[in-house]
Amino acid sequence: MTTRQDGRLTYAYAVLHRGARPPAGLLGIGDAPVRTVAEGSLAALVSDVPAAEFDQPGVHDRLEDLTWLEATARAHRGVVDETAAAVGVLPLRLVTVYRDEDAVRAALAAHTQRFERLLSRLEGRLEWGVKAYAQQLPDDRKPGDPKPNGRKPPEAESGREFLRRRLRDRKAGDAALHEADGMARAVHDALARTAEHSRLHRPQDGRLAEAVAASGAPDAAGRAPAGARPAVSRGPNLLNGAYLVRREEAGTFAERVGELAARSPALRIELTGPWAPYSFTDLADADDEAGRSTS
Amino acid sequence: MSTPAAGPQAPVALIDLLDRLLAGGVVIAGDLTLRIADVDLVRVDLRALISSVNENVPSPFAELGPDGAGAAEPVYVEEARLP
Repeated sequence: MTTRQDGRLTYAYAVLHRGARPPAGLLGIGDAPVRTVAEGSLAALVSDVPAAEFDQPGVHDRLEDLTWLEATARAHRGVVDETAAAVGVLPLRLVTVYRDEDAVRAALAAHTQRFERLLSRLEGRLEWGVKAYAQQLPDDRKPGDPKPNGRKPPEAESGREFLRRRLRDRKAGDAALHEADGMARAVHDALARTAEHSRLHRPQDGRLAEAVAASGAPDAAGRAPAGARPAVSRGPNLLNGAYLVRREEAGTFAERVGELAARSPALRIELTGPWAPYSFTDLADADDEAGRSTS
Repeated sequence: MSTPAAGPQAPVALIDLLDRLLAGGVVIAGDLTLRIADVDLVRVDLRALISSVNENVPSPFAELGPDGAGAAEPVYVEEARLP
């Protein structure tokens, strides 16, 4: 094993069965080669990272640096998801760092039962993300186009009429959003029935998404990050769901998403994935029947 | 192949990545394991934005937010008097 006189730490990406073969030639953070560290029936995917970057407390400062955070997150995801495409894998939380391989082995030994339970529970399943946004609310009065057909000129409008009109507009907006919200709920219910399990992430805040996208670095191929593409105009995020789906049912699930999108005109629906089962790593801890999503 | 899209190669929005990597994945104790999910660690803009998210964004499917709660505003008082 590596001695730690070399200024390096061991970053752990994921846990898998010892016999499982991850894709060859995986590169992790800083393009370091990924290797496995085995203990008992389990193995961890790890790579060396510079202690100068990942040791505390310096890493806390780096986590505030979105460019660093993005590079680390994308490298982490690359290792985990490329592996998940081939074999069953249990993702670890971002920035799980050990002094050396012995410490990784000790962690595997200490959590063998939990990891085994989770691995067998998640075997053959992948996670899909579905987000639904309210379409821009119907509004025939664009800015600078203040007067829809047949309405009295503003100077002839009494205060009461103004208030009445504002109330009507507001009610229409609320009703549209309410309708979209109901559709998003229906989409989630339908997908939760199609999937084995579901989890709801917090709806994404538009400003946070923009801030994160704006700070994003181009990826390795020089493309702008996906979030930095010209923003499609869309309303608030109403659904940010994760769905656990058997590999062989991925096509069915995606078709289901397409059907739901087609019959939910008030929503803009986006599908992401497949992901490793990041959102389902607490499944074995929860009671199985409780985990069975509301159907 | 029948599954749509090969995931790992497709560009992914960072916000979707952070949803999963900062909140998902197994947390195991280790000598250097960081509890980065504790939002405190991600300070400055990101923290401000995240905490604003926590405060302002209703949980999924919550009743319509602050706007819907505006019944006490004058415009609704006015409504009550309308013929």
